[in-house]
Amino acid sequence: MNRYLLPLGIFAVIAVFLAIGLGLDPREVPSPLINKPAPAFSLPQLHQPAQTFARDDMKGKVWLLNVWASWCVACREEHPVLVELARSRAVPIVGLNYKDERADGLRWLAQFGDPYQLSAFDRDGRIGIDYGVYGVPETFLIDKNGIIRYKRIGVVTPEILRDKILPLVRELNGNA
Amino acid sequence: MRNFLLLACVALFTMFTLRTLVTPYARAAEPAATESALDKRVTALAQDLRCLVCQNQTIADSQAPLAIDLKNQVREKIAQGLSDDQIIDYMVQRYGDFVLYRPPVKAATLGLWFGPAALLILGLVVLFRYLARRRREQSADAPLTDAEHRRAQTLLGTTDRTTDKEST
Repeated sequence: MNRYLLPLGIFAVIAVFLAIGLGLDPREVPSPLINKPAPAFSLPQLHQPAQTFARDDMKGKVWLLNVWASWCVACREEHPVLVELARSRAVPIVGLNYKDERADGLRWLAQFGDPYQLSAFDRDGRIGIDYGVYGVPETFLIDKNGIIRYKRIGVVTPEILRDKILPLVRELNGNA
Repeated sequence: MRNFLLLACVALFTMFTLRTLVTPYARAAEPAATESALDKRVTALAQDLRCLVCQNQTIADSQAPLAIDLKNQVREKIAQGLSDDQIIDYMVQRYGDFVLYRPPVKAATLGLWFGPAALLILGLVVLFRYLARRRREQSADAPLTDAEHRRAQTLLGTTDRTTDKEST
């Protein structure tokens, strides 16, 4: 009996570890920016190159910063969710048009709809690096004091919006 | 005398041409040398930084757009006079410890750093204890117990009277 117990025990331990491993997404890198101030930036806007948008323009508001690009395929999947969210006016969304061509970005918004209050134009991806962006789309929830409260790497699904982002938005709006 | 003048002219001419030929190279060689030193530093740093798009590669190996951006960023920071540690910190601030190809030793990574060695030591201890026990058991010339004796006899087919009695 003892003979079988040991291999069985080892198997059980390995199985538990593998089961946990299956549930983890290795692509999801824990961001060191959570609960830290959002990096300051000032960028020209996508629609009006002459005007700039700065992080501090949103001070006092809870807002979403959504990193997108016309070349990003997953952004198309996410886009209807954002358009819907913008319609509900639950939280202002600012776009960060990441490493894109201005004309491409504008055409993309014209084609799929524009959920953004405005889009900042990060031509060379410098601000993206400051925000630790490595997989577009990425979405940051920033509170009234400019602190990053939540980060989503990859597509914002209706489930994530409902279960994570919107409750947090309500909480942040209520507490401050 | 004429020959001497001619020779002098030729000598002067060659000197000038040589100088004009050589000096641009001499000047060009200088930035090239510092650039290669810079390149070396960039490469050395890039080999310690993980590409977050293709996660099993360093940014030195990767040609992903983000890796190229990060390499440019490293180069820029070096040009700004930052030390290697400052540049590593800069990357960790943005991408977390994950960006380091060599994870730092801290509470969360103790298992990662020392787990294999601990397992090896544990394995060796178990192995030696097992071997010691086996050696002790084998070397002991313990006489067979009754049960062992009977079993040996049945296996050998040489049943004696005592076992006959018991089996009947």
